[in-house]
Amino acid sequence: MKLTTKLLAATAIVSASAASAVELEVTHWWTSGGEAAAVTKFAEAWNATGNTWLDGAIAGSGGTARPIIISRILGGDPMAATQLNHGRQSEELIEAGLMLDLTDVAEAGGWKDIVNPPALLDACTLDGKIYCVPVNIHSAQWLWLSHAAYEKAGVAVPSDWNEFVASAPDLEAAGVLPLAMGQQGWQQNLAFGAITIAVAGLDAWRDVTVNKNADTARGPEYTAVFEAVAAARELARGSNVQDWNQATGMVINGQAGAQLMGDWAQGEFSVAQQVEGTDYSCLPGLGLNAILDTGGDAFYFPVNDDPEITAAQKELAALLISPEVQVSFNLAKGSLPVRGDIDMAAANGCMQKGLGILADGGVLPSGDMSLSADTQTQIEDLMVEFWAGDMAAADAQAAYADIIGNAD
Amino acid sequence: MSVVDQGLANAGTGKGKPNRLTRNLMSKIAALPMIMTAMVVFVGCTIWTIVYSFTSSRLLPKENFVGLDQYERLWGSSRWLISIQNLVWYGVCSLILTLVIGFTLAALLDRKIRFENAFRSIFLFPFALSFIVTGLVWQWILNPDYGVQGVVRGWGWESFSFDPLYNPDIVIFGILIAGIWQGSGLIMCIMLAGLRGIDEDIWKAARVDGIGTVKTYLVIIIPMMRPVFITSLVLIAAGIIKLYDLVVAQTSGGPGLASQVPAMYVYDYMFKAQNLGQGFAASTMMLLSVVIILIPYIYLQIRGNKNG
Repeated sequence: MKLTTKLLAATAIVSASAASAVELEVTHWWTSGGEAAAVTKFAEAWNATGNTWLDGAIAGSGGTARPIIISRILGGDPMAATQLNHGRQSEELIEAGLMLDLTDVAEAGGWKDIVNPPALLDACTLDGKIYCVPVNIHSAQWLWLSHAAYEKAGVAVPSDWNEFVASAPDLEAAGVLPLAMGQQGWQQNLAFGAITIAVAGLDAWRDVTVNKNADTARGPEYTAVFEAVAAARELARGSNVQDWNQATGMVINGQAGAQLMGDWAQGEFSVAQQVEGTDYSCLPGLGLNAILDTGGDAFYFPVNDDPEITAAQKELAALLISPEVQVSFNLAKGSLPVRGDIDMAAANGCMQKGLGILADGGVLPSGDMSLSADTQTQIEDLMVEFWAGDMAAADAQAAYADIIGNAD
Repeated sequence: MSVVDQGLANAGTGKGKPNRLTRNLMSKIAALPMIMTAMVVFVGCTIWTIVYSFTSSRLLPKENFVGLDQYERLWGSSRWLISIQNLVWYGVCSLILTLVIGFTLAALLDRKIRFENAFRSIFLFPFALSFIVTGLVWQWILNPDYGVQGVVRGWGWESFSFDPLYNPDIVIFGILIAGIWQGSGLIMCIMLAGLRGIDEDIWKAARVDGIGTVKTYLVIIIPMMRPVFITSLVLIAAGIIKLYDLVVAQTSGGPGLASQVPAMYVYDYMFKAQNLGQGFAASTMMLLSVVIILIPYIYLQIRGNKNG
């Protein structure tokens, strides 16, 4: 009898809480250690308001998760909120009227004044209406260096990409892999993008990525880029890991000298209790060009018939961009906050560097905002082929220029 | 036309044989849902896909027709060409090896050996596993650090090298091994059933004429098993065209693009690249290859029926 009473009591509690709180299912692909710690901050903040965060983490990278998310929305089984990279990925979903219009929340919260850089909000805006809430800024152009590896090799930690390339033979002599690289297309593509901005410079990059000028892509600036990427390919030979955090792990334990990865790698170093400056270094813009792109994650809220859920969706949207949540989330994730008006004194050296660049206006729109998913997949396919094989730099450049020429 | 007219005429007069349409009316009504499903789901969706492969649809299907643009891009894409090349290698090897291994195993089991049931179960067992499981198992077996190569090196043969999944030149054969391991058991069972269907008297006659066992199989039994071979052929061919999960589990298309297959191209372009038109064009090409296989099969079936 006792057990029955307990069970009944438990059922009563559960049903009571279900009646008062709204359960929102949130899908995302934040599954590495640092990312999971960060998303918990969102969940805690949301649960603290008396509602329930139903975590829908999808393992794998965005490339795995996005098709699942999009097919659920198209298939009429929308989640309450979902992570997507803002930009052109969701363009057609918004045009088809599948996403909730957040303009009233944005106006009430004054997002136009607080979101910095403003390009982030522009990426959420279509025909003057706002459809997503940016939660962080991610930049891809970072070089992460392992101090342990450089101690082993007995050379000074480099301060830019060229020095790193020059130090590679010493690393190899000490049995350290110079460049850790996960064997997934998006990582190889990211490395390509980072090297492009560092080597080709801003004007050439903008002409190719934003204006889609294929002639510039065939020009000498990009020849230098492809030669640099070909050199990086040789430095990463023998890196057989798959996931990006495994590659970061190689840098953390000194098996590899460096990794080209976005600022989210910061989270992994934090989880491993490493200290910036003594255990590892970070070079934004690869130490050559102090410029970061401003990609990032945003949350979209698919249209829902239930008015109660719609109200809760708007409540969640406002919560995600609130100052306290922005600070705690971004500190855990190692990304930069989307608002310029909050105190990030607790941030470590790498994030301070990023914040400094952001404050100086050294920002670029991310590739996600300029190129469609189709074009990006084609470039990714090219990069996969290029990094894994022996394709000549000139052939890769020609193929790349063709893709840019046909981009929409 | 004349047959239908005659039928209608008969129905009109109400005499003679019952109308073809109304004969077995109840069973035809009962079959209607199934026929509708087949028409709408298989035929309808196939036609829809083909039509939209001529459009520039992105994430959502749209009707702006662009002619053969998607196909031109498809056949200019090196990833698609690699996929096709891989499929041809995998297909030819898988077809020949599965048939040979399946038939050999069946013939051996047919020699009235002991524990036939046990062997049959063991050989058929891999077929009970999903491709994902098969792929993962073989990924581990072929892993150079933990699998076959690691074990042999552990025995002292330090220079032994066997890492098909990490070598772009031979990676498709690493996948082939797993595919054959999974598929030959089923073919063996079908072949064995075919062999059991051969009249005992034929064996006796062959023995009286002094024909050897192997020769009897090659010259008499195999030609008699033509329908069984055709069924096996279609089953294997279907397995080749739909090759996807095995690759995903073993290599996810890598290293580089070396083990890409057409089905992966279709999936990636339809969902990841948000380019439905391109994905539809690729899947239409896959359909075309199935049709190329099916037409001889249907032709053989019809000819067989006429002969019978």
